[in-house]
Amino acid sequence: MTHSLAANMMLAGSLLAETDGGFWLPPARSTTAGAVDQLFYFILGVSAFFFALIVVLMVLFVVLYRRRPGDPAGEAPSHSTALEVFWTVIPLVIVIYIFYEGFVGYMAMRHVPRNAYDILVRAQKWKWIFSYENGHEDSDLHVPVNEAVRLTMTSEDVIHSLFIPTFRLKMDVVPGRYTTTWFRAVRPGTYDLYCAEYCGTGHSDMLAKVVVHEPGQFAKWLQEEGDLLKKLPPAEAGQRLVALRCASCHTIDGNPGIGPTLKGIWGQTHQFSNASPTVVDENYVRESILEPAAKVRQGYTGVMPTFKGILSDQQITAVIEYIKTLK
Amino acid sequence: MSTATPLPAEHDRASGDNYLTYTRGLRSWIFSLDHKRIGVMYLIAIMASLALGGIFALLIRTELAAPGETIMGRNFYNQMFTLHGAVMIFLFIIPGIPAALGNFVLPIMLGAKDVAFPRLNLASLWLYVIGAAFFLLTLATGGLDTGWTFYTPYSTETNTRVISAATGAFVLGFSSIFTGINFVATIHTMRPPGMTWFRMPLFLWSLYATAVIQVLATPVLGITLLLLGAERLLGLGIFDPKLGGDPILFQHFFWFYSHPAVYIMILPAMGIISELISVFSRKHIFGYRFIAYSSLAIALLGFLVWGHHMFTSGQSKLASMIFSALTFSVSIPSAIKVFNWLATMYKGSIQLRTPMLYALSFIFLFGIGGLTGLFLGALATDVHLTDTYFVVAHFHYVMFGGTLIAFLGGLHYWWPKMFGRMYSEASAQVACLLVFVGFNLTFFPQFILGTRGMPRRYFDYQGLLGEHPEFTGYNLMSSLGSYLLGAGMTLILVYLLHSLWRGRPAPANPWGGATLEWQCSSPPPHDNFATPPVVGDPYDFSRLEYDAAQQAYVSTEGLEGKKLGTRG
Repeated sequence: MTHSLAANMMLAGSLLAETDGGFWLPPARSTTAGAVDQLFYFILGVSAFFFALIVVLMVLFVVLYRRRPGDPAGEAPSHSTALEVFWTVIPLVIVIYIFYEGFVGYMAMRHVPRNAYDILVRAQKWKWIFSYENGHEDSDLHVPVNEAVRLTMTSEDVIHSLFIPTFRLKMDVVPGRYTTTWFRAVRPGTYDLYCAEYCGTGHSDMLAKVVVHEPGQFAKWLQEEGDLLKKLPPAEAGQRLVALRCASCHTIDGNPGIGPTLKGIWGQTHQFSNASPTVVDENYVRESILEPAAKVRQGYTGVMPTFKGILSDQQITAVIEYIKTLK
Repeated sequence: MSTATPLPAEHDRASGDNYLTYTRGLRSWIFSLDHKRIGVMYLIAIMASLALGGIFALLIRTELAAPGETIMGRNFYNQMFTLHGAVMIFLFIIPGIPAALGNFVLPIMLGAKDVAFPRLNLASLWLYVIGAAFFLLTLATGGLDTGWTFYTPYSTETNTRVISAATGAFVLGFSSIFTGINFVATIHTMRPPGMTWFRMPLFLWSLYATAVIQVLATPVLGITLLLLGAERLLGLGIFDPKLGGDPILFQHFFWFYSHPAVYIMILPAMGIISELISVFSRKHIFGYRFIAYSSLAIALLGFLVWGHHMFTSGQSKLASMIFSALTFSVSIPSAIKVFNWLATMYKGSIQLRTPMLYALSFIFLFGIGGLTGLFLGALATDVHLTDTYFVVAHFHYVMFGGTLIAFLGGLHYWWPKMFGRMYSEASAQVACLLVFVGFNLTFFPQFILGTRGMPRRYFDYQGLLGEHPEFTGYNLMSSLGSYLLGAGMTLILVYLLHSLWRGRPAPANPWGGATLEWQCSSPPPHDNFATPPVVGDPYDFSRLEYDAAQQAYVSTEGLEGKKLGTRG
C-alpha cells in the first residue's frame, strides 16, 4: 500500500506536466504546460457556471414574466446599491485570482533556468532554421528530453511566431532583435511546430517538427549530423541545403509550389514577367538566390526573400551542383 | 386635458410632413443636412459594406471547408481574409451603430432638431464614401494581403496596395472623428429643458462614451498610417528594422487605437440592448446610473489595455503583467451591465418581439464572447491561445454576436420609425433564429479548433492533420454554419426591403417605448418636433397603454407633460 502510494505521489508530480489535455486541449508535454491546463480548466468552470446562471435566469424570466393581456409589469425596485456592489465584488475577486494564476504561470514560462541548453532559431519566409552548438543547421527542432532548452530567436524578414501546441509555448520571432523562450520536454516523441504570426503567402506551410530524443540519444544525433555535412560531396550537401532552405516553396518533383519547381530546369530558357528570356545556368541561379526580384518567372509573384548574407558562396555552389542533378 | 386631444404625432401624419418626402430629388438627399437623411444614407452604405464583407467571409469559409486547396490559391485567400477584416471593421462595425442608427435617433431621443454641426455631419458621410472608394480602388488594383492589422514590416515589404488601403482607413478615421465631435457637442449643448444628464436614455450615454473614444483614439490611427505611408513611400525608417525602425512600435501605436476601437464597436451595442430590454420587459431599467457609469468606465479603462494584444511579442514581463491586470478591470463593467439587464427582466412583462429576440441573443452570445475573454486576459493561457482560432471565435462572438446582433436588434426596433412601415414579424423571427443557430454553428467549433492549436490566418490545414485529424470535421461544421448564417442575413434583407413597399404603415409608437423618438410620427417630420418636447423619465412606461385598434401604444395622459407628476 505504502509503496503504491509513494509511486502515485511521484506520478502525480509528473502528471501535472504530462496529461492528455482533455477534450479542449492537445496533450501536454512540457513542464510548464500543466499549470496552463489547470488554469484553463478553472476558467472554463467559472465561465460555464456564470454562463449557465445568466442563461437559466434569462429563460426563467422570459417564461415566468411572459406578457399576458391586461397584466401590467410587477412591482420591483429599479435600483439596489447593495445588489450592485454584490455583483461587482464577486466577479472582481474571481478575476483577481485568475489574473494571479495567469501571472504565476507566465513567469514560469518566461524565467529561463540557468544552464539551459542553447539553440538558435532563425525564421524566414517560410522556413524554420535551428542552429546547434557544432554549427549544424536543421529544419526541425531536435531537443533532449527532460532538459531545459533555451531558444534565442530572430527573423530574417517579417515577424513570425514559434508555436508548439503540446508545450503550450508561443513566442514571436521579430526581425532586428532577439526574443527568447524556453521549455523542458517531458516525453520523447515528435510534435508539431507552427508559425502563428501571419507572414504572407506560405504562412500555413511554415511548419516543422519538434523531435524530443530519448535520454542520451540527442548528443549522438547531433554529432552524426554535424560530421555529415562536412564530408559530403557538393551535390549531396546541396540536396540538404535545398531541403532546409528552399523546399517550402520549390519542389523537386516537377509540381509547382509557391515558386517554380527545381526539377529539369537546368539549361532551359525561362520566360520572365520583368526581364528578357534567360537560360538557366550558374549565373542565373546565383542571381535568383541573391536578387530574387531581378527576374520573376511568368505566372508567379515575386515573393521570394533574398539569401544575400545567408548562404555562403560555397553553399550556393553546392545548391547549383544539386540542381544540375535534378533531371 | 382629455385623452381625445390629438398627439402631435397625429398632426404631423395628417399634414403629410415627413423627412422622407419633405423635399424631392437626388440632390435633396446627397446634400441634405438633415441628420435623419444622413443616417439613412449611412445605413444604405454600411449595409452594402456588410454584404461585401459577408461575401468575402463565405469565400473564406468555402476555402476552409476541406483541407487542401478548394476554390482559391494562397495569395487570393490572404487577400480575402484581409479584405473581410478591413471592410467589416472600418466600413461596417465602427460606423455601423453610431453613424447609421445613432445619427438617426440621437437628436430625436435628445429632443433636438438636429445634431450640433449638420454640415460636419454631411462631411462625415462624404468622407466615409471617399474612404470606401479607396477600399474599392485597393480591391480593383491588386488587393491587400497584410491582414486588417497592417503589421510591419510585412506591410512595408508586400507588393500589394498598402498605400490606397491605408489612405482609405485614414480618411475613414476622420469620418469617425467628425461623427464623434458632433455627438459630444450635441449632447453637451442641445439638450432641451428638462433633459438632464441623468434623464438621458442609456443609448445616448453609450453614444457619448463612444464619441469620446472616437475623438481621442482615432487620431493615433491616423498618425500611425501616415508614418507607415512615409516609410513605404519615402523610405523613412520607423517600423522596418532594415531601415533602422522598430516593428513592435507599430503594434503599440496600432493597438493604442484599435483596442479602444473595440469599445467604439461594442459600447453603442450595449446602449441599444439597454433600451430593448427595458421596453420589451415594460419595466424601468435596473441600475440606470451603474449602467451609465459603466459605459464611461469602459471608455476610459479601454485606453489602458492595448498591450494585451502583445503578450507574446517580446514586450517586458512587467508590461505584460500590468496590461493583464488592467484588462481584467475592464471585464467588470461589462459584467455589471449583463446583471442589470437580467434584473430589469425580473418581474417584467416580457414580450418576445423581434428586437427583444435579438436582445436575448445578445446576452447569450456576448456572454460567451465576454467570458472567453478571461482566457485571453490571463497571461499563461493567452500564450497558448493567442493567434489561434480561439481569438477568431472570441472576437466574432463579441463583434458579431455582440455588435452586429445589437445592430440588427436596433434596426428592427427603429425600422418602423425610420421608414414608417412594419416588417413581417413572422419572417423576422425565422431570420433571427437562422442567424442565431448559424452563428453558433459557425463560430463555436472555432473555439475548439483554437484551444487544440489551429493557428489563425491559415490558408490550409492539410499539414496539421497528422497531429490533429479532428480539424477537418470542425472546419466543415464551421463552413456549413456560415451558409446558414448567410441565408439568415439574406432573408433579413429581403423582408426589410419588402416592407418598404408592402409593409403595414407604422404607428408612432408600435413597441411602447417611452423615449422621445416615439412621441413624433413614423416617419418623423423634417423638424422632429413642432415644439420642444417635455422630458420625463425615459423608462417610465406607466403612462403608455396598448390600443388594439391602432396596434400601437398611446399616452393615457393626452398631451405629454400637461399632467407631469401625476402617475398612472
